[in-house]
Amino acid sequence: MLSMTEKEKIEEEIRQVPIKKAACIEALKIVQEHRRWVSDESIRDVADILDMSAEEVDSVATFYNLIFRQPVGRHIILLCDSISCYVMGLKGIHAELTRLLEIQYGQTTADGRFTLLPNPCLGTCDHAPAMMVDKDTYRDLQPSALADILEKYT
Amino acid sequence: MERPLTQHITFPPLEIRQYEAIGGYQAVRKAVRHMQPQEVTALVKESNMKGRGGAGFSTGMKWSFVPMDVPGPKYLVANADEMEPGTFKDRWLLEGNPHQLLEGMIVAAYAIQATEAFVFLRWAYKDAAIAVRKAIAEAYDAGYLGKDILGTGYSLEMHLHTGVGRYMCGEETALLNSLEGKRATPRAKPPFPQVSGLFGKPTIVNNVETLSFIPHIVNKGADWFKSLSRTADGGTKIYGVSGRVNKPGAWELPMGITMRELMEDYAGGMKNGFGFRGVLPGGASTDFLIEKHMDITLDFAGVAAAGSRLGTGTMVVLDDQTCPVGFVHNLEHFFAQESCGFCTPCREGLPWTEKLLWAIEQGRGRNEDLELLLRHTEWLGPGNTFCALAPGAMEPLQSALKYFRDDFERHIREHRCPYHDPVPAAPASAHLHHTHHL
Ligand SMILES: Cc1cc2nc3c(=O)[nH]c(=O)nc-3n(C[C@H](O)[C@H](O)[C@H](O)COP(=O)(O)O)c2cc1C
Ligand code: SF4
Ligand code: FES
Repeated sequence: MLSMTEKEKIEEEIRQVPIKKAACIEALKIVQEHRRWVSDESIRDVADILDMSAEEVDSVATFYNLIFRQPVGRHIILLCDSISCYVMGLKGIHAELTRLLEIQYGQTTADGRFTLLPNPCLGTCDHAPAMMVDKDTYRDLQPSALADILEKYT
Repeated sequence: MERPLTQHITFPPLEIRQYEAIGGYQAVRKAVRHMQPQEVTALVKESNMKGRGGAGFSTGMKWSFVPMDVPGPKYLVANADEMEPGTFKDRWLLEGNPHQLLEGMIVAAYAIQATEAFVFLRWAYKDAAIAVRKAIAEAYDAGYLGKDILGTGYSLEMHLHTGVGRYMCGEETALLNSLEGKRATPRAKPPFPQVSGLFGKPTIVNNVETLSFIPHIVNKGADWFKSLSRTADGGTKIYGVSGRVNKPGAWELPMGITMRELMEDYAGGMKNGFGFRGVLPGGASTDFLIEKHMDITLDFAGVAAAGSRLGTGTMVVLDDQTCPVGFVHNLEHFFAQESCGFCTPCREGLPWTEKLLWAIEQGRGRNEDLELLLRHTEWLGPGNTFCALAPGAMEPLQSALKYFRDDFERHIREHRCPYHDPVPAAPASAHLHHTHHL
């Protein structure tokens, strides 16, 4: 069930748009902000509030890379796997990250701390290789710098 | 050398009072107080400003297609989705001078008499979101946004929309679907968005760099804009270089500088120990250029004459120790993943292309595969797919097959990558948006 806060925020988004359906992405973002991911139950809840079918909401949810339809950890690592980072040492960064975290792309650490995801170009190609952890962007990465970066996120 | 777009970029960016102190919002004052909307459009048309989003379409011309006599809402959208691999110019403008973008948007919105404006910003640009949100709030407080702007009777509401990640959101009609809360699949044209766009109303979508230039054109005129450039395509342009060069970065330079100047004088040449093989001149979806193209001018016509596109103007260098097959495999993996799946050649063809390239890269390729790849560049070429994503994806592939054919053949002959261990792409299971159980 959606919380009161989620409901209020979604209602507020509905007021901003000419038809209810148009608030679909915003509603999914609100749910994800509160629960970190969007479960089947949440899809049905969002469908109800927007007068859409659950399938229709899910077709939107599964289209976008950053709406998570599976549980994720407390912190999201987005490793840029696009071309400038490929040229500048993505491979070494990926190897060290997977070694430190003991997980592969798409997985979450056993302690629920990190989820590691590949992500297209982060728009900081002149400082490749790059990654984001939650809201923070890390540039000019060296494998040796990764352990200290991860330390910051508990 | 004048650098109107970037000279006031600072981190953190100028607050509104500081921005006003350097002449900011003068263009809004001038346009809404002293110019008719059509005069603004005519001025931009006269300047010959060509859109900086990739396609290079005349900005004034685009605005002039908006029907001015229809009642009801009209929309202006700043395309700040910037997901083209190798592109990092709009981020600089968004984080470094958001008021300049807003000022350009207000003037553009006035020219088409838009009632609402949106900044469509990609999810990953968190710092830009903070900067733009703050700037919008300041502009409302100062009376440049909202009802009855500067007492002129013109009103404009502005919203920041942050996306949820998909390359297709940058394609202008797919962007509009996304703003309507739908999947970002493209729409059939015509009708063009200028006539029937967001919620079926007239809509203009322009790139961040395009819009950021508008205040300067209004302040200083069309002739000044043309004089900034060395060629017929007016203005300055933000150029960027990434890869194994000494000084990767972005610079605002006169439109039409040469590739050699950019690579040598600004990017500082290749890093010690690395040689130049080629370059994607304007992001992932442009054809490779090679050494023999070093003296071309980097404007729309100059790059087109060399067989590629200026695109976003941010270049990715292929060095002599990076495998061209692996390089193109990385690009096609991106395109296959980001294809919206709406039309068959792209949905089926891009994953096939990716698989063929991966087989070759790993030393499992066959001679016939080169023929198959070539056929794909036709099957997915212009006119055969619903939008420009697939033809764009074919540009680096077709030019790699032309310029680096020896490398492809050597992989097949020697059953291995002669450069380095193949770098696998992330599997589909790495994307947590896919799974659903409903
Ligand atoms: C797949 C695809 C992705 C695109 N991504 C962007 C983008 O991120 N930013 C952008 O300004 N234009 C992008 N474009 C181009 C837009 O469709 C459109 O031409 C542009 O925003 C118009 O702005 P302009 O006239 O100022 O150049 C993309 C096009 C395609 C086909
Ligand atoms: S070309 Fe690709 S991205 Fe464009 S509509 Fe077709 S499937 Fe979608
Ligand atoms: S390619 Fe990695 S930041 Fe652009």
